[in-house]
Formats: sequence, structure tokens, C-alpha cells
Amino acid sequence: MASSSSPSLSSYSPCAACKFLRRKCQPECVFAPYFPPDQPQKFANVHKIFGASNVTKLLNELQPHQREDAVNSLAYEADMRLRDPVYGCVGVISLLQHQLRQLQVDLSCAKSELSKYQNLGDIANTTNLGFNLIGGGGGGNQLLYHHQFFPRDQQQQQQQQQQQIIRGLEGGNNSFDTTGGGFRI
Amino acid sequence: MSSSSSYSNPPCAACKFLRRKCLPSCIFAPYFSPEEPIKFTTVHKVFGASNVSKLLNEIQPHQREDAVNSLAYEAEARLKDPVYGCVGAISVLQRQVIRLQKELDATNADLMRYTNFEQVNNNQIMVNQERSNFQYGRRMVPSYSSSAWNSGISGDQNNIGIDGGSGR
Repeated sequence: MASSSSPSLSSYSPCAACKFLRRKCQPECVFAPYFPPDQPQKFANVHKIFGASNVTKLLNELQPHQREDAVNSLAYEADMRLRDPVYGCVGVISLLQHQLRQLQVDLSCAKSELSKYQNLGDIANTTNLGFNLIGGGGGGNQLLYHHQFFPRDQQQQQQQQQQQIIRGLEGGNNSFDTTGGGFRI
Repeated sequence: MSSSSSYSNPPCAACKFLRRKCLPSCIFAPYFSPEEPIKFTTVHKVFGASNVSKLLNEIQPHQREDAVNSLAYEAEARLKDPVYGCVGAISVLQRQVIRLQKELDATNADLMRYTNFEQVNNNQIMVNQERSNFQYGRRMVPSYSSSAWNSGISGDQNNIGIDGGSGR
């Protein structure tokens, strides 16, 4: 039985783009590597937002190794625009910027809180002044600690703080300025 | 001399670009003024006039200005970065959010150690116990990765959400 030289139809399944556009999928089809037939929605979305000819022009202007990322980012943009026709990806950017600002504020607060506890802990561990440093506010004995945030030089920091506290107590002045450390995020 | 109405609105940037008569009912006219020709050129190059027209027709008139401005932003971003467009910015922001969230979680864990310690020793609830449990709402942002479509664009990939309000 003579073997058939023509390939089976199943090996030339049109890509999702050509299937959508109802055209023959040529071997040199620019869409084929990036729009496989098992992801029809991907091309449908991209086509709806950008149009096939705009995508073709865009892909043709890029290097082949950049095209997959370009198609995926277009697909993402198209998906976002379909979910949110008014703001699309810009809404996502706005949301993320808001998240970021919120996180920065919260992180700054958390670090500030933490540094207070760390300073209290360090001083309580290394000094024995007989003061109830934890929760020791109120009245005229409110101690505010000079805060310097130098995590690499904690020993020097502890010594400086101890000296300041002792000087302050000896001088009868129990208030110190606290300066928040510069927390860079 | 017949006084024909010689005054007519100048064509909007879209109709000028498309070289057609700008009718009073032109959907582009309110958003693409003739003083900003580049705005329409950019949007047309990336999205195409007919796609923009269909999109605008599908949304409420009071939302169209925002839609046009966001399309213009995306189009400009795509022309500056043909590979990633504005999705590049999303990717960067998502990484920053994840990084900060991890840092916040670590700081909160440290805070909890101190507050638990003092609760045990002093039988006293430390101040700002609430603030040490920073909570975020569960509104998800679909995360982007270069293989987003291979793994499926999902709203659950990014476990970071925000409150119900947006930053718009």
C-alpha cells in the first residue's frame, strides 16, 4: 500500500486567530506561535480591543524573541479592558498605587512601634535603673527615649541611650525628644 | 448676500485625522479636541478608531471621558514600550506590593512577639494591638506574569487585596 505523502489534516490545525478570522492558517502565520487553537478566548479578546491588523503591525515591528511577551501583555490588557471597559489596566495601576501607599504608611507605623519595643527591651536588659520602663508613662515621670535607628551599630546606640537617660535623670529633666528613624522603604 | 450659517464647529481631532465631516453626533468630538491631535493619533494607532467607537458606545456617556483618557494613557504606554505597554508598570507595582507586604508581615510578627510577651508578664494589653494586626480587604488584582495566559489569569494568584475603595 503506497504511503500517503500528504500530511494528515490534524497536524495543520489552524491557530486560534485564523480559526476566528476564518482563513487558512499559513505556515508563516504571525499569530500561530502565540495563539494556539486551544486558547480561542485569548485571540477573541485581543481582536476585540486591538484588532487583528493592529496586532499584526505591532508584532511585525518587534524582534521574534519579544513577540511572546508582547502578545501576553496585549492579552492581559485586553482582558482587563473587557472586565473594566472604563479604566482597563489603568484601573489596576491606580489600585496598586493605592495599595502601595497604604502599605508604606502601615509599614512605617509598624516599624516605629517595633523600634519602641526594641529600645525598651534593650534598655531593660542592659540597665538596672529600677524603673518600670514598660508602660511607665503618666505624670511627671514620662520618659521619652531618644531614638536613633542604626541597626548595624546597636551596641553604640545602647550606650548612647543609656548615657542620655542617666544625664537626663541627673539633671532633673525627664523629657527627651524622640525623633523617628528614617525608615526607607 | 445670503446669510448662510458659515459658522461651524471645527472638526474634532478624530474627524480631522480620518478626513471626514465631523457631525454634531460625532462620538469622538467631546473627547478629542482639535487642539490635541496627537491624543487621537496615538489611540487610533494602538486600538483603531472603530474599536474605540464601539467601546465608547457600550459605556455610559458620563464614563466616556475617563474611558478615553485611560485608552490614551494605555496607547501612549504601548508606543513607548511596544513589548509590555502599561503592563510593565503593573508588573513592577505588583512586585513592590508583594515585597512590602512580606516586610510588613515580618514586622507584625516581631510586634506580636513583643506584645504577647508583655501580655504574659504584665497582664496588660499593649497599645495599638489593633494596629499590629494590619488587615487588608480581600479585593484581588489579577496578577500579571509573562506566562499569565499559560497558567490562567486568575484573581487568586495575588493574595494581596485592598479595601473596597479604589485609588481612583
